[in-house]
Amino acid sequence: MQIPYTTTIRPDTGVYNAKLGVWLFLASEIMLFGGLFSAYVFLRMGVPVWPGEINGHLYTSAAEIVSIPLATLNTMILIASSVTMVMSWASLMMDNFARYRLYMGATILLAFGFLVVKAFEYGSKFDHGYFPAESNFLGIYFTLTGLHALHVVGGIIVNGYFFGPGAKMWKTDRARFINRIEIAGLYWHFVDLVWIFLFPTIYLI
Amino acid sequence: MADHAHPPQTGTTPDTDVHGAHDAHGAHHDEPFWRKYIFSTDHKVIGLQYGFTALFFLFFGFCLVMLMRWQLAYPGQPLPLIGGLFGDMRMPGGVMLPEFYNQLGAMHGTIMVFLGIVPLAVGAFGNYVVPLQIGAPDMAFPKLNMASYWAYFVGGVVMLASFFVPAGAAKAGWTSYPPLADIETMGQTMWLLGMVFLITSSLLGGVNFITTVVQLRAPGLSMMRLPFFVWTQLVTAFLLVLAFPPLEAAAVLQLMDRLVGTSFFLPSGLVVSGEVLDIAGGGSPLLWQHLFWFLAHPEVYVLILPAMGIVAEVIANNTRKPLWGYKPMVYATLFLGFMSFIVWAHHMFITGMGTTISSFFQITTMIISIPSVVILSALFISLWGGSIRFTTPMLFALGFLPMFGIGGLTGLPLGLAPTDIPLHDTYYVIGHFHYVVAPGTIMALFAGIYYWYPKATGRKMNDVLGRIHFWGTLIFMNGVFLPMFIQGLAGVSRRLYDGGEIYALSEGVIQYNQFMSISAWLLAVAQIPFIINFFMSIKKGKKIEENPWKATTLEWTTTPSPPIAHGNFVTQPSVYRGPYEYSTPGVAKGFTGQNES
Repeated sequence: MQIPYTTTIRPDTGVYNAKLGVWLFLASEIMLFGGLFSAYVFLRMGVPVWPGEINGHLYTSAAEIVSIPLATLNTMILIASSVTMVMSWASLMMDNFARYRLYMGATILLAFGFLVVKAFEYGSKFDHGYFPAESNFLGIYFTLTGLHALHVVGGIIVNGYFFGPGAKMWKTDRARFINRIEIAGLYWHFVDLVWIFLFPTIYLI
Repeated sequence: MADHAHPPQTGTTPDTDVHGAHDAHGAHHDEPFWRKYIFSTDHKVIGLQYGFTALFFLFFGFCLVMLMRWQLAYPGQPLPLIGGLFGDMRMPGGVMLPEFYNQLGAMHGTIMVFLGIVPLAVGAFGNYVVPLQIGAPDMAFPKLNMASYWAYFVGGVVMLASFFVPAGAAKAGWTSYPPLADIETMGQTMWLLGMVFLITSSLLGGVNFITTVVQLRAPGLSMMRLPFFVWTQLVTAFLLVLAFPPLEAAAVLQLMDRLVGTSFFLPSGLVVSGEVLDIAGGGSPLLWQHLFWFLAHPEVYVLILPAMGIVAEVIANNTRKPLWGYKPMVYATLFLGFMSFIVWAHHMFITGMGTTISSFFQITTMIISIPSVVILSALFISLWGGSIRFTTPMLFALGFLPMFGIGGLTGLPLGLAPTDIPLHDTYYVIGHFHYVVAPGTIMALFAGIYYWYPKATGRKMNDVLGRIHFWGTLIFMNGVFLPMFIQGLAGVSRRLYDGGEIYALSEGVIQYNQFMSISAWLLAVAQIPFIINFFMSIKKGKKIEENPWKATTLEWTTTPSPPIAHGNFVTQPSVYRGPYEYSTPGVAKGFTGQNES
């Protein structure tokens, strides 16, 4: 007896197994980032001035420390990568493997681009002596964006696998491969969505 | 977004290919030992792995507290015979140092909860029984299942290893409150890392259980025909998936505080050993408490729900009648799961949150007692008019009922803010939660072991040893935990290295310490018949024929089990009726299996 509904849809639930699985995983991820966002709210509400004093200078708005233009660029990059991710799945649905490769490659490149901008941001902070230990604003900034960046790395690894060695499954088990790309896409959209919340929370308000 | 039709498939799919299944069947005969038994993806093997590992950790955690109980009974006295084994850093001259006592306390709690009970209740029983009870060939994600077990294993190794680092294991309680936990020694960092592994294990497991129950039920098995045990595992899985991540977030923040020097949980101007700490400050110890208890409260329902599930199965089977109030029990379980997310700050009544917030959590806590009472009452009422068979599992299931009753009732003064004020952090709390977990959950888990042992091994455990085990456990558990209520009401605080001896208020109740310690050691002795029975019966137990308990649920339709890697059932079962068709009016047979049309 094989495990049912690994590829086909169970009629009364309308999903195949991995789809339910990834939605549950994303629910847990929402709670994880939710916990950190809650920490942000708690820490910010506890002080009269935010970001507050760092290295002897009193900051009253996040824009004085972090770069909104760079973060806006990163937002555009991630949204674009979500679009290319959907296009890669759609290409497979339209039986176009070459197009899939193109769009998946673009997704991975954009993800790397995000990380490059991030590295630039972090590097500039460290150069000015702004380390996580200096203040709670910097602490939560590095923790939230750092955990998010780790999730971007995770996405690169997964997408990279499906771009490269994992793409063999297109030949051996086509339907299952398409489903896997759909699942990877859901995860990637979630990573994008976290950033959509991160950006205004840390940088804008 | 609905799924669209998939493009034409080039080969046969595993869902429909009988010949493919045959090939897979053939391939399994060649599996090497390490793939069949060590890195197995079969839910039964993984369930047994969880079971053995968890039982070891329960034993280890019990040993930790038996050590502690020497210090509590005879504070400052050298421990005879084995005291010298612990070395000068822990017990110089055989006398326990306070630092070591604190390690034992923190790790006893951590190990029992996260490495013992949950892996046994969910990882072992859940993994083994749930796919069988729903008529599935395995869990939805077998490789994820294997990863869950090994993540748990690694977490356990990290926790055990923490005893051997400089200054020993975590000693800020299983609750790891900052500021203390933030500035503690290396063992605390290992606690945090171990927790990250354990949380990962639980998350992967939770996702697996929910998907399995939703997607892999056999034809005809609607949700309201599920055995109650499966319902409890389903709700438990939701609690694990949704409640654990905030603790993971908190662990990340505490690791940042400890390793990177942030001040998420450290207030400004904190003085340690006479010196002001050189930190940014501005953090909040309360933040940790909120994040921690957001998990830790649902966690206690993770501890109790599978146990209630097991008791329900055993009671229905041994009263030869359906469970009374199955539907209310199901709705109560769902409501309990939901409510469990909004009661957490009843652990924080004396932190100065303010009366409005305290009122909110007090009210939700009172409300959450209702579904617990519904479930317990339904289990009691299920006995009425039953034809009771006092089998060994039934003894433990029956013992569970009043014990959980005591545990639950003693929680009420803790859930009400005004009465919690004198009781918080006293032995009353320890008595309360141990009653629900020890004579509560653990006895239910024993019931489960005696009940499903024949399914896993094809043999029954010995009944005489089982009875000795039952009575010893019941009596001595009460001996350990009942006096704690008395001590707590007198005001004796928890986590005191000398058991409260130094305080005048404990004068009238301090003598119970010796009584409780002796009960604890006798409780250990009472487990010996169980340990012997458990291992001996693998080879020497009475071999069983088909369905030894004459049960109705699907796991008993193929006993003994098919060999490993030969699937769970000879043919895919279909379900035609509810889970407890015992003594059905108008039917001559005493019971009808779910798969009988």
